[in-house]
Amino acid sequence: MLFRLSSRLFWSAVTLLGTAVLTFLLVNAVPGDVARVIAGPKASADVIKAIHTKFHLDEPIWKRLGYHLNDLAHGDLGQSFVTEQPVAEAILTRLPTTAAVSALAIVMWMLLAVPLGVLTAKYSGSWFDRIVLVLSTLSLSLPAFWLARMLQYSLSYKLGWFPVAGFRGFSHLLLPAATLALLTVGYYARLVHSNMTEVLNSPYIRAARAKGASETAVLFKHGLRNAMIPVITVLGMDVAGLLGGVLFVENVFALPGIGTLAVQSVFNLDVPVIMGTVMFSAVIVVGANLVVDVLYRWIDPRIKSAA
Amino acid sequence: MPLLEIKNLQIEFGAGVRAVRAVDGVSLSLEAGKTLCLVGESGSGKSITALSIAKLVPSPPARYVGGEILLEGLDVLKMSSSELRDVRGGLVSYVFQEPGASLNPVFRVGAQIKESLQYHRPEAANDTEVIRLLKLVGISAPESRMRNYPHEMSGGMQQRVMIAMALASQPKLLVADEPTTALDVTIQAQIIELLSDLRLKLGMAVLFITHNLGILGDLADNVAVMYAGQIVERGTMREVLQRPIHPYTRSLIQSVPALDIEVERLTAIPGTVPLSGAFPSGCRFHPRCPIAQPACSSRMPDLADVPNGRAVRCPFWDSSGNARTTSRKA
Repeated sequence: MLFRLSSRLFWSAVTLLGTAVLTFLLVNAVPGDVARVIAGPKASADVIKAIHTKFHLDEPIWKRLGYHLNDLAHGDLGQSFVTEQPVAEAILTRLPTTAAVSALAIVMWMLLAVPLGVLTAKYSGSWFDRIVLVLSTLSLSLPAFWLARMLQYSLSYKLGWFPVAGFRGFSHLLLPAATLALLTVGYYARLVHSNMTEVLNSPYIRAARAKGASETAVLFKHGLRNAMIPVITVLGMDVAGLLGGVLFVENVFALPGIGTLAVQSVFNLDVPVIMGTVMFSAVIVVGANLVVDVLYRWIDPRIKSAA
Repeated sequence: MPLLEIKNLQIEFGAGVRAVRAVDGVSLSLEAGKTLCLVGESGSGKSITALSIAKLVPSPPARYVGGEILLEGLDVLKMSSSELRDVRGGLVSYVFQEPGASLNPVFRVGAQIKESLQYHRPEAANDTEVIRLLKLVGISAPESRMRNYPHEMSGGMQQRVMIAMALASQPKLLVADEPTTALDVTIQAQIIELLSDLRLKLGMAVLFITHNLGILGDLADNVAVMYAGQIVERGTMREVLQRPIHPYTRSLIQSVPALDIEVERLTAIPGTVPLSGAFPSGCRFHPRCPIAQPACSSRMPDLADVPNGRAVRCPFWDSSGNARTTSRKA
């Protein structure tokens, strides 16, 4: 167990290092002089030169990569070229908004998907099952930016049920989170459905019925816990995919989250912020996978002894 | 009044013209405290019959087309779902074929036994009672074993846990559906012996489902042999084992290898059990029957009473005096 955990930690570190090197190289492959971006088109040659010296822009790329990794290893993500705010601070101040939207979205889609998946498995082939299947396909196929705009237009602007944009409180999070949830709920409803269908055919479900368990206990106690094992894995991986969706939704609803920060930094060619947000996402993905690994042991006792 | 009485039970799968009758007119009765053995090959309908006693055959896809299942005089097929829950694991408990798959992998075995207690004897749902039950089924160190997950136990021990779980409610009828098929031979004998002990100690009736007549020896009082959804022979265990009269039973007993005679090849019944839905006309056994007559393919024989309280579904049972009488115990 200890060995397994330390080997997981080692490979997590390798993943993060790889991400750091790759983002650095990619950002450097983007055409354009960063100094021009910082100083503006009318800056004098002296100013440009000063900036080049300050950010080591004239040195060879492998040396600059070395500086970058060294900074990262010391926990220093650098400063924004545009606002001069430390990148770590920019991310941390925006983190709560993104985390709140994401968490709310996860809660929303799980609360919908789990009952839908369980009931469609129980009543497989019924009209209810078929309607949910169609809606799930729809949910899977809708593009995030389109759905976000449509909901914003109809529910907020036309009907006035939700704030249109911006962030001044919990109610501003509802529609963005609902958008994310609607985009994901179909996939999870099908995932729970297929796992549950398999579980419901297993002998221990028959045994649970045979000992007098109520249908609710059969489905939600004996069935669901087993059906959720693969769902938890996918959920862990989806925290990554969620960051992608958040990007669109935050921008449409003008939420001051990490998604808007990332998009702004790309438009501004604000290299430290771009690299910082990418690194942050990588940490989240790797961390989520670690958490899932630990959760897994709790939810499926068979894994403990197999490790 | 017998504890269990099944009258003319008919169960179908599918609908309309493609409906398949997996259980076709089965009648059985079992007195309190007695043991009945239901024998047949795979696909004979014996497990479905056994499961239907607590209405455990999922419906759909199955349909209970006709007949009655009386438990202490009450028809199970007419019960509401809450009455059924009281019967399941209460009056009637089940032990299944694959203990490893029948225990829920994510809960500790103690918790699973306690769950049964909560449903049927909530006042006894505590660790002391769980330990007592585990001791009763011969599990050593029950205090630590109850905290095991099913995968941490051997197959024999898992089956003992299943039995403990079944006994939690102090059932009057224990249905054991091929409880030893998935186990090693030595463990099989232990489990059979355990069931036999418990039956006497607790005075419960046992319905034992098996495809292997030899395994039971004299555990059972009565035996019913099933073939293609029907009962073909019924009688006391001793009578049927020593003097089987239906040609199918005879073949079945002959195919149990004897320990005292060396043979080149094991005896098998030619052909296979017909799939339900593709039953032959007339007597369903006639294509495989060594004494089949031309009439057998046109008319389905009735289950007729014969001397010594037996019944047989074969009009020619008496004409086959050449049959070898077998006396065999496991």
